[in-house]
Amino acid sequence: MSNASNPETRVIEVHNLARVEGEGSLHLKIQGNRVTDIRFGIFEPPRFFEAFLRGRSFDEVPDITARICGICPVAYQMSSCTAIEAAMNIKVEGQLRLLRRLLYCGEWIESHVLHMFFLHLPDFLGYESAISMAADHKDLVVGALRLKKAGNEIVRLLGGREVHPINVRVGGFHRVPERGELDALGEELSACRNFAVDAIRFLASLRYPELEIDYDCVALRHPKEVAMLDGAIATSRGLEIPISQFPDHFEEIQVPHSTALHGRLRNGGTYLVGPLARLNLNWDLYPPAIKKLAEEIKFTVPCHNQFKSLLARGFETLYALDHALELISAYAPPSEPAAEIKVRQGVGHGCTEAPRGILYHRYEIGADGLIRSATIVPPTAQNQPQIEADLAAYAPRLLSLPQEEMTLRCEQLIRNYDPCISCATHFLKLTVDRG
Amino acid sequence: MNIPGPLSQKPRLAVYKFSSCDGCQLQILELEDELLELAGEIEIAYFLEARRQALPGPYDIGLVEGSISTPAEERLIRQARKDCKVLVSIGACATAGGIQALRNWADIDEYKKRIYPRPEWVATLDVASPIAGYVYIDFELRGCPVNKRQLVEVLSALLAQRRPHLPTYSLCIECKRAGIPCVMVARKTPCLGPITQAGCGAICPKFNRGCYGCFGPAETPNIAALGRFFQEERNVSRPAMVRMLRSFNGYLEPFKTSSDDYEQCIQP
Ligand code: SF4
Ligand code: SF4
Repeated sequence: MSNASNPETRVIEVHNLARVEGEGSLHLKIQGNRVTDIRFGIFEPPRFFEAFLRGRSFDEVPDITARICGICPVAYQMSSCTAIEAAMNIKVEGQLRLLRRLLYCGEWIESHVLHMFFLHLPDFLGYESAISMAADHKDLVVGALRLKKAGNEIVRLLGGREVHPINVRVGGFHRVPERGELDALGEELSACRNFAVDAIRFLASLRYPELEIDYDCVALRHPKEVAMLDGAIATSRGLEIPISQFPDHFEEIQVPHSTALHGRLRNGGTYLVGPLARLNLNWDLYPPAIKKLAEEIKFTVPCHNQFKSLLARGFETLYALDHALELISAYAPPSEPAAEIKVRQGVGHGCTEAPRGILYHRYEIGADGLIRSATIVPPTAQNQPQIEADLAAYAPRLLSLPQEEMTLRCEQLIRNYDPCISCATHFLKLTVDRG
Repeated sequence: MNIPGPLSQKPRLAVYKFSSCDGCQLQILELEDELLELAGEIEIAYFLEARRQALPGPYDIGLVEGSISTPAEERLIRQARKDCKVLVSIGACATAGGIQALRNWADIDEYKKRIYPRPEWVATLDVASPIAGYVYIDFELRGCPVNKRQLVEVLSALLAQRRPHLPTYSLCIECKRAGIPCVMVARKTPCLGPITQAGCGAICPKFNRGCYGCFGPAETPNIAALGRFFQEERNVSRPAMVRMLRSFNGYLEPFKTSSDDYEQCIQP
């Protein structure tokens, strides 16, 4: 019902978002062409990790935090380890650090390929799932499964298993591979490279909705390489801070429609983390071959269209694959599987690039090696306000579409973020209340 | 387990998620070599992580990931039981309460108050429980996460209407069979292998590490004997013993009671 004084009201409601990790919902209210209410709700039950980490021993932490997310356990292990190592002044360098990068490459590939082809691409091609997509695009799905498996194989080889690797510990690993153990892996990755390149070309041929947003991108930046484990936290508005200053510039707040806290800059702004933000901030460090491919498909950086995060994931996957090959061919087993550990009291911050964006951890550790307090800020919690801001900008353009189509478009926008809802509600500690 | 009655021609599968990390249901998508074949054998009717279309029940097989920790989850699991011919819990969250069951030893209101400025916005039950605490479960698959091969074994067995072959003996047997040198002897590393259920392939000992029990208790584990050995010969303190038992399967008996006993100094 609409008339001049009472503009038409439309409500978009999705109770159980599909093809995302965890449980989320969407509520959108539009009056006339104005969005009057947006809630990207997260109703995944809180699991209270930060609370029960208190009193656990420092060396149990990476195994426990891994269980926050089955899709990106390596990210949790890496942020936990680097934070605890910072607190206890342990340096993990040389081959051990490179092995960690190799492990992370595996997770980037595995997680990105899962999202690109199985969760996100069906939206672009008009399928409800990759399984139904496979009927018409068999080669694509089969190729993607093989690439994903190769990424998983890295994690399995270095970590012991794909989900919740057992071989990661504070200081390094329990066991490091012999030189020859990585050969077959290298061959398989090389065999997947052509598919990865062709897949990017194919993805470039898709139609992307036009939605340019002036994002404040936030990512790790390392002076010499594409950052994964260490570096400074940089933003596209020119901020560059050491990881330990994260809490001075970013905060989390509680909102009623979410069991995940919302992240924002202390000055109140929303910001973007994840593949597109990383590409925008670190593109100068990308190898020439990848830049050339980007030129060929006319992908320009900086890019401010989050629908194209699909392509950003493609480029990161290719980077991870090439980098993994490089690391494998230069690998020489370190003499010890882990750096020496001397337990000491301290506070440490860690931040690493999870597939979905920066993952910040902070631990306070007692002289007995037990955790006194823990803070974990996952990427999806940081992106949540930006998702809502994107919806507010996008929804008014969809008003001419039928309800079903409009709902699908909004879901697609949410899936741009590859939201990991299990992560976002690991449980939360907050600083400010908006209510 | 009960062998279920005949399933539909193309059996219909539902995958449910409760409080969890998604890792166990991800294992289904990690079956890269079998996924498309599997999708040919059974109809994946309800699996939110993988497909947008949710077909209504009833279903032949329900796989349940996660523990029950909110009132909404309690309602949903009762409905799932009604909708599924066979209901299988997959993973430590579903079979034992999972890591989040550590909160069961704390005062949840206290947790919430300390953490959320508005605790009333967050609905939770007093404890995070395994699925079997609420509904009848036909079969349980252990592990944090479950092992892919075991998952395939359970699905194949259900399709063929036979019992799945899954060991209930201890990890030590699996470890010995794989010819791995015992880490407790060779490296003096404390290992929960003697009291943990086999099934993972003895991954930790393979990587020179002691088992931390992610597959939960084996059949009739002798926790007291291992605890004595740990404390006397391997320098494990009593609080460390409590923590070792209280992890991913800590809320499952007999790990639960033993950890309480060590904490209260009842267990020697
Ligand atoms: S059992 Fe472990 S892997 Fe499975 S859902 Fe629970 S936390 Fe994740
Ligand atoms: S050895 Fe123990 S802790 Fe390690 S994967 Fe197997 S059951 Fe889990």
